[in-house]
Amino acid sequence: MNNQKTKLILEDGTEFEGFGFGTKKSIAGEIVFNTGMVGYPESFTDPSYAGQILVLTYPLIGNYGVPQEIKKNKMFTNFESEKIQIQGLIVSEYSKKHSHWNAKSSLDQWLKRYKIPAIEGIDTRALTMKLRSKGVMLGKIEQADKVIDFYDPNKEILADKVSCKRIINYKAGRTKIVMIDVGVKNNIIRSFQKRNITVIRVPWNYDLTKLKYHGLFISNGPGDPKTCEVTINNIKKSLAKNIPTFGICFGNQLLALAAGGDTYKLKFGHRSQNQPCVEVGTNRCYITSQNHGYAVNAKKLPPGFKEWFVNANDKTNEGIKHIRKPFMSVQFHPEATPGPVDTDYLFDKFVKMIKR
Amino acid sequence: MSKKIKKVIILGSGALKIGQAGEFDYSGSQAIKALKEEKIKVVLVNPNIATIQTSEHLADKIYFLPVNYHFVSEVIKKEKPQGIMLAFGGQTALNCGLELARNGVLKKYRVNVLGTPIQTIEDTEDRALFIKKLNQISIKTAKSKAVNNTNAALKFAQKLGYPVMMRAAFALGGKHSGIAKNAKELDEMCNQAFAEVPQVLVEECLLKWKEIEYEVVRDRFDNCITVCNMENFDPMGIHTGESIVVAPSQTLTNHEYHKLRKISIDVIRHLGIVGECNIQYAFDPKSEDYRVIEVNARLSRSSALASKATGYPLAFIAAKLGLGYGLTEIKNSITKATTACFEPALDYLVVKIPRWDLKKFQGAYRVLGSEMKSVGEVMAIGRKFEEALQKAIRMLDIGMYGVVQNNLKFANGVIDEMENPTEQRVFAVAEGIKKGIPISKIYNKTGIDKWFLYKLQNITEIEKKLYKNDLTKDLLLEAKQAGFSDRQIAKIKKVETPEIRQLRKVNKVLPVVKQIDTLAAEYPAKTNYLYMTYNGTEHDLKPSKNSIVTLGSGVYRIGSSVEFDWCAVNATLAANKLGYKTIMINYNPETVSTDYDICDRLYFEEISFERVLDIYEFEKPKGVNVSVGGQIANNLAMELHGAKVKILGTSPLDIDRAENRHKFSALLDKLKVDQPAWKELTSIEEAIKFAEKVNYPVLVRPSYVLSGAAMNIAPNEKSLVTCLKQATLVSPEHPVVISKFIQGAREIEIDGVAQKGELKIYAISEHVENAGIHSGDATMVLPPQKTYLETVRRCKKITRQIISALNITGPFNIQFLAINNEIKVIECNLRASRSFPFVSKVTKYNFIELATKAMLGIDIHGSYNTVDLDYMGVKVPQFSYSRIKGADPVLYVEMGSTGEVAAFGDDLQETLLKAMLGTGFRYPKENVLISLGGEDNKADFLEASNKLKNMGFNIYATVNTSKFLEENGIENKLVYKIKDKIAPNGLDLIKEGKVDFVINIPDGLNREVVSNGYMLRRQAIDYNIPLITNLRLAKLFVDSIFKKELKDLKIKSWDEYN
Repeated sequence: MNNQKTKLILEDGTEFEGFGFGTKKSIAGEIVFNTGMVGYPESFTDPSYAGQILVLTYPLIGNYGVPQEIKKNKMFTNFESEKIQIQGLIVSEYSKKHSHWNAKSSLDQWLKRYKIPAIEGIDTRALTMKLRSKGVMLGKIEQADKVIDFYDPNKEILADKVSCKRIINYKAGRTKIVMIDVGVKNNIIRSFQKRNITVIRVPWNYDLTKLKYHGLFISNGPGDPKTCEVTINNIKKSLAKNIPTFGICFGNQLLALAAGGDTYKLKFGHRSQNQPCVEVGTNRCYITSQNHGYAVNAKKLPPGFKEWFVNANDKTNEGIKHIRKPFMSVQFHPEATPGPVDTDYLFDKFVKMIKR
Repeated sequence: MSKKIKKVIILGSGALKIGQAGEFDYSGSQAIKALKEEKIKVVLVNPNIATIQTSEHLADKIYFLPVNYHFVSEVIKKEKPQGIMLAFGGQTALNCGLELARNGVLKKYRVNVLGTPIQTIEDTEDRALFIKKLNQISIKTAKSKAVNNTNAALKFAQKLGYPVMMRAAFALGGKHSGIAKNAKELDEMCNQAFAEVPQVLVEECLLKWKEIEYEVVRDRFDNCITVCNMENFDPMGIHTGESIVVAPSQTLTNHEYHKLRKISIDVIRHLGIVGECNIQYAFDPKSEDYRVIEVNARLSRSSALASKATGYPLAFIAAKLGLGYGLTEIKNSITKATTACFEPALDYLVVKIPRWDLKKFQGAYRVLGSEMKSVGEVMAIGRKFEEALQKAIRMLDIGMYGVVQNNLKFANGVIDEMENPTEQRVFAVAEGIKKGIPISKIYNKTGIDKWFLYKLQNITEIEKKLYKNDLTKDLLLEAKQAGFSDRQIAKIKKVETPEIRQLRKVNKVLPVVKQIDTLAAEYPAKTNYLYMTYNGTEHDLKPSKNSIVTLGSGVYRIGSSVEFDWCAVNATLAANKLGYKTIMINYNPETVSTDYDICDRLYFEEISFERVLDIYEFEKPKGVNVSVGGQIANNLAMELHGAKVKILGTSPLDIDRAENRHKFSALLDKLKVDQPAWKELTSIEEAIKFAEKVNYPVLVRPSYVLSGAAMNIAPNEKSLVTCLKQATLVSPEHPVVISKFIQGAREIEIDGVAQKGELKIYAISEHVENAGIHSGDATMVLPPQKTYLETVRRCKKITRQIISALNITGPFNIQFLAINNEIKVIECNLRASRSFPFVSKVTKYNFIELATKAMLGIDIHGSYNTVDLDYMGVKVPQFSYSRIKGADPVLYVEMGSTGEVAAFGDDLQETLLKAMLGTGFRYPKENVLISLGGEDNKADFLEASNKLKNMGFNIYATVNTSKFLEENGIENKLVYKIKDKIAPNGLDLIKEGKVDFVINIPDGLNREVVSNGYMLRRQAIDYNIPLITNLRLAKLFVDSIFKKELKDLKIKSWDEYN
């Protein structure tokens, strides 16, 4: 704890004052909010948050501490990547004392280990209302008298920052998929392993033509999908071979772009665990976990594709599917962590698609 | 949705009782609204006359009849509805529905069960079936066995090893459930349970596991969502209705939260529920192991709480789903833009605390366990746990300042209190932390998760800081953010409370108004559901214009419950009709007034001087209505007036003149209106001298009482001294008055509305029982059947005098004694009383609407016929003694009933029977046990005894009664005293089911002796045998069954009485 008065400054000049915890340093990024009520260890390690300062609307954070970092199958259990991915954290109250049988450290200690600054004591509801009405903004946490500039992460190829640097092989059954890692969450890999699928995880710009695989998976990830031209081209080549393809989140957007569709930036994105998504043409609605700032433009769908899922609240696109070919993707996170596991069945669907 | 459904019958829950309270008025009202929106005709059966759902603007037909097989069958036969909804009237409606289905009534009249099918209800209600169903999908339940007799229970318990948990099937609120530490305890518990239910469950003991609940909604398209989860502060071992509960869960990780969420959805899909239900878990605090405890396939207390906690209208949605709608077809009524198929995200938390009234009951066993004893609950909203918890504690209205500063004593020490928890456990834990008992030790003693204990510790540490340091802006803010009230801080700093308010204002330490919007601000919401917090810097919205504030009832307790909610809602609706923006302040999650569609703005907040003033200063309304919420609201009148708040209606100074018994008595003297001899008490010696002068018994009562708290009859000096000590504890700021207690008098009440000191409308009711019974426990008859016209005339005259002297504008209630042609005034309340809904619905004039108009300056002059009616209404109390182990079920000046029902009829006998059957009374079949204390009672009951004999009953009678009856030619069987150990004795007769009606009339006023009579009464309660303890009521009841059989009780709806 550093417990000193600390400021959050938004690009429109608004200032919020609270108390610092985590590491004492200044940091800038894009400010986004998430309305999930559980799952901070999973959220903070989600690479899709790269470059972002995260506001949690649930007011009490840190209650159950942070579990131990244990590696199993080349991945941390309990976490979604190798480190904390958020730039900074904004909460209403940090629960200074935690309680859970599985906790190894406090949230404060964990943030310090990864040098992440945080502020508590902020009116996160007022801040969220501002972001909702004005759209996501750039912002910065300033402390230790260090003045810094604003920083817009969306101008960078964030995928490059969070992607693996070389191929990683997760051996399981005979069926093999290639996973384009533009910021993949561990639980996606675990979801395939559970189904006895071998995963070849490749860097974001890896040339897929050299590889032999039964299915292509395009992962979630941070930033603007249009910055990943190399990836889009690689996907195009794979699609031409009619190889079964499944994308999640950023992967949904990359698939759309590769197939000739378009994407755009949402005003403030979807970051929560309660997004209702209706499967088009049915009465079925699924509660999904989401974390995205960009979306597929439903009015400019790629040729041959139809809308698969639609957000029941704001009608934005939540997934696309090719009418004949084995290509599909969703904007939400069937792997959950954090969030509801209602759409876990989509992995089965993909496995079936590959094995057909 | 199905087009065939044109008319639907909804079953209400009947009277409020422990385990089944106001939440079902909320759920039933929502269901009716949902059906009305579809233009479906609604028939409602509910004898609870104080509810909103039985108001004229909701259902099309209302039957004030008992919710049981006989009456509901008859209503179905008459009304021929196409559908029935069973999920909105608690366990009462569910059980009744099962009986209707089993006996083929629903099939015969082609009534479809809308929502969850009967088979699913059976699967959730029958423990053995339930476990079988869950086993089919490999869901863990506690190891258990359903048994049909005590021997089988003991045998299985032996196999499991003690302690074991015992639960009764088909019982509401965990009745007859508990932990048996050994075979002897289990034996006793089984015997009692089997008297009421056919089956009990013996299961593994999961003491101190976390207790978690989910509220689940499913539609017929198999869409299934969890609307809210909740975590109990008090772990397994204490019934969830008896626990402090927080929503959402605080100590579950993502994996745990979603694991239980998934199980919930899997279970509910497998069971096939359509609508809403609740699933409860025990969850291991040291792993991810779990057990499903139960599923309630209906709206419940928890679902009412979840609705208020999230803003998601569960009952409304459940009704729509019952009609066949899909979740995605329904809009989120808060955002009006997004879908109802979503799971609310909270950006605050809520804390619920139950309210108990155990101290009111002589002999009551106060340790909390797996059975419900609480009579109400409160919910507080905050952005810190400490903030919500301290608010909630104050909302209980039990004189506590918050977690700390209460000066409580724990008779056996704090550790004992932790291990054998009573309603004071949370305070004992805080006290223990202050004393330096390590958190780990407290955890071991209580099983309360350390996270909660750390938060309590934080409160005690802020208290320490407040003692040690100057009150800087930062410290003041820290304390307010942790939920300290101004009064609490003032007490620590030894200053006057207004100084703290002043200091806050100077330092700009002020609360902000936040909205509850179900989506944590993700979407713009038009929500008017509000709370205040110090954990924020900006208001969500601007003050409203031209508004009127109504203070609600606050927590339900004995003496104040749903009737004041009816008043508050009607006052708000009336103000709205007059063009005002309406603001409601209330914090009771079981109410309709806290539904945000009732008013323009709902502040789910403390009804305290501090918070009401905060809201007043923010909203700047035209006035505050303090006269429809009962005593909590009324008590604030003077203080608010002192702070220059505009109080509507009667001047607070005049309210004080009526509330302060000293001032009121003096006023009556001045008006030359008679009253029982009284004296203001300054010392015990003086009191004794006065009592000797007027002769015992005397009545001791403090100022500002409701439901007779600390009111007592002292038959002698010793008892007087004890009473006085109790009285001063309750109300230290107000004087205590003692008066002559008059026996054998009739009691009459006038409820009415006045304007500018003139009587505008009134209703006069008489009690069946003689004076001396609290009016809330009395059987009330309107219009009076036995009171002389002359008496009525004189009561009216006195009423006019008082109204004029106090210059009343608004509602009032005056109580009179009539004896030997003398009339004495015993009480006057310048606010709506408990009987306002009753008199309004019987006379068919809405007294609250008239009162609200009067207070807002609309002339309500008119001619209102309230006396010459061609029908009548009788209101009877509902007692919950079976829930309060050990309590003596005898009527007294202290109120003991938890609810009431009323019936309409053509004569006194018919109406009384309908009403009494509505509280669970049954016609006796063969055997009656009579035990009459004192010669006068025996003689007075002789005629009734004869009637019983003539009807062919076998009469059992206790020794002296038997002898008396024998001498008067009434054949009877002698029942020996318990201590004589000769068969038959009363306890065995009751236990063995050999009598089906007990009349036990105690002699005299002494409450302290554990007598033969007490044991008989208690046994009757514990074995669910109808019991009457009041002579007048017993006589009237016997006369009624003598004159009317069940088939003579007419099936007529409210609108057929005119």
